[in-house]
Amino acid sequence: MSIINNINKVFDHRIRLGIMSVLMVNEYADFNMLKDLLGATDGNLASHTKALEKAEYISVEKQFIARKPNTRYATTKLGRMEFKKHIEALETLIHKT
Amino acid sequence: MESKDYLKDISEIKHLMNKSSRFISLSGLSGILAGIYALIGAGFAYWLVKTYSNGTLLLDGTIFKLVLIDLFLVAFFSIVTAIILTTRKAKKQGEKIWDGTSKRLVVNFLIPLLVGGLYILIILGQQKYGQTGALMLIFYGLALINASKYSIGDIRYLGFIEIIIGLICALFPGYGFWLWILGFGIMHIVYGTWMYLKYDRKQP
Repeated sequence: MSIINNINKVFDHRIRLGIMSVLMVNEYADFNMLKDLLGATDGNLASHTKALEKAEYISVEKQFIARKPNTRYATTKLGRMEFKKHIEALETLIHKT
Repeated sequence: MESKDYLKDISEIKHLMNKSSRFISLSGLSGILAGIYALIGAGFAYWLVKTYSNGTLLLDGTIFKLVLIDLFLVAFFSIVTAIILTTRKAKKQGEKIWDGTSKRLVVNFLIPLLVGGLYILIILGQQKYGQTGALMLIFYGLALINASKYSIGDIRYLGFIEIIIGLICALFPGYGFWLWILGFGIMHIVYGTWMYLKYDRKQP
């Protein structure tokens, strides 16, 4: 059952998969960009980014742009590795059934 | 989760990756029209040079200035058409026309194009105009390849084709005019049609 082991519980949610997908192909994305792309509410998105941050799959950078606070996210090396493993596991599962 | 859900996950991941990094609302129709403008412009230039200039083009003559204006108009109308049709397509698909992805696309497209344009103007100023057609094709091809990372990947192949035609054009400057027609006119029409059939028609 090694395939199942690669299914990562941290990614087991649509919004979290979405955040990772966007960050895999973009150097970084800010909170509003993620919100627009995923169609999530502020609170919902914040809790999911926090979970990914806690697992150290994404890094958070807070800064000010024109005096407005801006939160920027990027993937970590660990996050990219785990996400790839997760996708591979999903694909193997699909091909098996 | 069922395997069906996993399949949905994968397709959503792909969708988000494309949507967040590429601007894909480019209109195929605008490619066809750009090709037609190029053919009309080339036809006009041909007629102008044949009728008033005995088939030769002098760099300081009025005819040359008219040909330059003709060229400028072709570029201008192609760009305006592309903007209008792409905006319309983006609206229809509910995409934003001016966001991070389209900005990146425009910037990356313009870098090689502006460098090439300036270079061509500089060597024209030095009376070296034998390679103009080749340089236009080559730099346009490079601009397309550079932009392809931020848009529909297929425009990369059009870029390669333009560069190859440009290099042939550099080898045989005598056929420059006809190779320019092939690159900017016919290839745009062929490519625009292909894009139109592949992407635009399928959209509901």
